[in-house]
Parts: sequence; structure tokens; C-alpha cells
Amino acid sequence: MTSYGRGLRGLSVATIATITVALALVFFYAPLDANQGFIQKIFYIHVPLAIVALCGFVVGGLLAIAHLRTGDRKWDLRSYVAIHMALIFGVGGLITGSIWAKASWGHWWVWSDPTLVSFLIVMLLFATYQPLRFSIEDPERQARYASVFAIVAGAFVPLNFIAVRMAQGVVHPRVLTLTGGRLPGSMGLTFAVSLLGIALLYATLWNYEIAAKRARMQLRRLRRAALGDDAAGALGRSAAPS
Amino acid sequence: MTGVFAVAPALPLHTAGPYVAAAYIVFVALILIYVAIMARKQRRTERELAQLRRDLHLPDQVRPADERAPEGRPQTELPQERIA
Amino acid sequence: MRATFAVLAKDLRLELRTFETLPAMVLFSLSTFVIFHFALGRSAVGGQLAAGILTVTLLFAALLGAGRLFVAEREQGGFDAFLLAPVDRTSLLAAKAAAMFLFLALLEVVAVPAFGVLLLGPALGPRLPGLIAVLALADLALAVIGTLVSAIAIHTRARDMISPIIGLPLLLPALIASARAAAPVFSVHGSGAPPGKWLLILALYDVVFALIAYAVFDFLLED
Repeated sequence: MTSYGRGLRGLSVATIATITVALALVFFYAPLDANQGFIQKIFYIHVPLAIVALCGFVVGGLLAIAHLRTGDRKWDLRSYVAIHMALIFGVGGLITGSIWAKASWGHWWVWSDPTLVSFLIVMLLFATYQPLRFSIEDPERQARYASVFAIVAGAFVPLNFIAVRMAQGVVHPRVLTLTGGRLPGSMGLTFAVSLLGIALLYATLWNYEIAAKRARMQLRRLRRAALGDDAAGALGRSAAPS
Repeated sequence: MTGVFAVAPALPLHTAGPYVAAAYIVFVALILIYVAIMARKQRRTERELAQLRRDLHLPDQVRPADERAPEGRPQTELPQERIA
Repeated sequence: MRATFAVLAKDLRLELRTFETLPAMVLFSLSTFVIFHFALGRSAVGGQLAAGILTVTLLFAALLGAGRLFVAEREQGGFDAFLLAPVDRTSLLAAKAAAMFLFLALLEVVAVPAFGVLLLGPALGPRLPGLIAVLALADLALAVIGTLVSAIAIHTRARDMISPIIGLPLLLPALIASARAAAPVFSVHGSGAPPGKWLLILALYDVVFALIAYAVFDFLLED
């Protein structure tokens, strides 16, 4: 049996250090945005959260491919946790985005902004991941179907963004274009450190969640081995891989 | 692009401050909620572990193999060190 | 290929004998038009609004039909029989998607003229060619994604709820594209051709999801 949460300590320390540096950079180093002023500081938390969430969804799909290829259930667990964490980060991205919209446009929700809208659609789709898992009883089938869903939904993420972007004019405050072209160096640096910090946080929590899940699975297995199958059944069905 | 910013002029600090604070508080709150949920799960795991120990009568150093096994089930011998 | 036609023929024969799915989809669409009439308080619509009403109605009708797509297989052991047969598994996907496409086309043969009579302000006749182009591509997306979602949902407990909640977000880009493409067709100031941009997006969406469905469908059958 491997140890739970291997490498978690190093990862946590790196995360804390990076996020501390990022916060310091955001509030003491990065210059005020010429157009948006202080409100633009939301950008350093909102955009990394959203980017990491979207990457998490896609990674969940890739891990699901590994599951279907190998048939090894550990990949399903990884895919599940990747999507689970991405959902949490996505909620953060949505709320902070909404706050930003309220501050700069005066409305909590702006339909004219394709990035916000497509992000909402992606969230709505992935929000069905857990109900889907939960309503399939057989664990093997649950893992397989969840992987199929994760692959389809992961591929849907970029498609959806293209479609919604084309449907509406581009209104999102492109403080940072994908090429990073128009961003002053100091803001770019701050953003990069923030993104790294959030990504590290994602990795840490992913690891932590996996460790917790594996410990629980091990506990359940021990129970079953020691007390027979009905003892473990009492724990109830779950949407999580088992 | 510039049109958007013309509609959304820069907010003075005292108006923008609460929004920025709110955004970062949301972030911290999400992490704290996550930690709280994980703590609850951790407690449940601990409780189940304790229950398992009780079921196996582990606190007694040596487990008499004959009568302590729950009846009606095939008794599985677990090496002590795997559980402890 | 022969397996695909066999399953498709079976589905069509089943539908002809039971009349279970298609009449329900037609009735659902007609009721939805009535509902839109009262909900919007309009007796004639045109342009983007007309395009939206028609595409939304067809979308919901398609989800209704998709929910029934695999029911016979599930209830009467058709999945096992199919898995035992020495045929390519994707032929089931192809057959079901084809059946779904046919159902949708037949539904539209009734629902689109009904829409023209009940709700559409501008005359339907000159708008038909453009509309058919849009609907053909939209039906393809509805058929492919509907089949895929239905196959995912069929083995879940809450399948009546699971398939629409997964299907709606997945179909949203297709809905956007078809509603935008149909809007100029329904324009009150003379019919315009559907914009090529949206037809292209719709076609690309069809192709990409057909490939995805083809790639993953095997895993939904494995047992």
C-alpha cells in the first residue's frame, strides 16, 4: 500500500508560497489599470480560477480516455476528482466574474459577454456529472459511463467557446489577450504568478482529495474483509468512484 | 474594445474597494468551505475506523479468535499489523 | 452496414405498429406552439423570435423522442441480443441516429407547416428552401447528440431527468447556430438566405459530434 498524499507537503508549501507572492504582487507591485483602475485587481483572481477550471474539465476528459483505454479504475478516480475540483474552481470563477461585471458594468450578469456565457454553459453541463454518476448503481458501469460523459463534455468545452464567441460581439475586458500582447510587463508577471498559484492550489487539492478518497476506499475494503460484505454496504451509495 | 471601457469608466478606489475585497473573500470562503467539508469527511472516516476497531475488538491486545467473530459470517483473519 | 439497416428497419416497423414516439412528438410540438402564442401574447411572429420558437420547440420535441430511443432495447433485452450478434457495435449508433433523424424529419413535415399557419407572420412558402437547409443540419445535430445522450441515460435510474439535463447544454451551440441561421429566413422584410457562417458552424458541430459519438459509443455497450 502506498502512502496517502505522497508529495502533498511539498506541493502545499509551494502553493502557499506562490499564492502569498501572487497576492503581494497584486496589491503592492502591479500598477493600477489605466482604464479600469482598482477594480481590475479582480482580474488576477477571476481569470486564473476560470482558466484552471476549464483546464481541469479538459484534463478530466483526458484522464477519462486513460480509464477507457486501460480499464484501470484509478484513472476514473483521478478523472472524477479533476472534474470535482474544477467545478469548485468554476463556481469561484463564476462568482468573481459576476462581481466584476457588477462593478464595471453595473449588472451582475451580462449576456453580451461570450466568455461569461460559455463558461456558464460549460458549468451547467458539468454540473450534471455528479447526478449522472449518482444514478448509476453498478460501480463498473458508473465508472465507464462517467468516463464517456467526461470525454464528450471535455471535447465540448472548446467547441462551445467557439460557438458562443461567434454568436456575440467580443465585449469581455480583454485585459489579457491569449497572446498576452497588450499587457504591461509588470501586470503580465503578476498574472502569471497568480495563475501559477491557482494551478498549484488545484494540484494540491486534487492530490489531497485523491488521498482522502483512497483512504476511505481502503477503510471500506478493510471493513468488508473483516466483517463481510453487508457491513460495507451500510455506508451507502455514492457518486464518487469506489 | 475601447467602447466598452468608455461605458465602464474607472471606479474610484472607495467604490471599487468593496468589490475587489468581495471577490477575494469569495475565493477564501470557497477554500474554507472546502476544508470544512473535508474535515467533516475526515471525522466520519475516524468514526468509522473507531467502529471498525470496536467491531474487531482491537483495543484488547490479543483477539481471541474463537468467540469474538460476529456470528453468521465467515470469519476472516486479518493480520493485526495491517489494521493497527 | 447491413446491421445498421436491419436495426433501422426494426425501429421503423416498431414505430409503425405502435405509433408511440412520432405522434407524441408532433402533439408536443403543436401544444408548444399554442403555449408560445399565449405566453408571448402574440398571434404572429417573425425574424429572430420565430426562429427561436421553432428551434426551441424542435429541440424539446427531439429530447422527448430521444428519451424513447433505447427503451425497447432496454426492456426487451435488445442490448444483449445486439451484443451477441457478430456485428460492429457502432452500427447501433448509426441506426438509432438515422431513426432519430427520420423521426425529426417526419415531425417537421407536420410541425413546420403548422408553425406557418399558427404563428408565423410572413408567408412560409418562399422561405422553405432556406429553412430546409437549416433544419437538415440542425436535425443531424439533434439526432447524433440525442442518440448519444439517450444511450448514456438509458441505464441510469433517473433517465427521464438525466437525458435532458445533459442534452440541453450539449445542444446549446447547435441551438445558437440554428436559431441564428433561421432568423434571416423568417425576416419580415423579405426572406433572406441563411448566413453561410452559421450553416458552416452547424455542419462542423455535426461532424465533430458524430466523430466523438463514434469514438465513445462502444464503451456504452460493453457489458
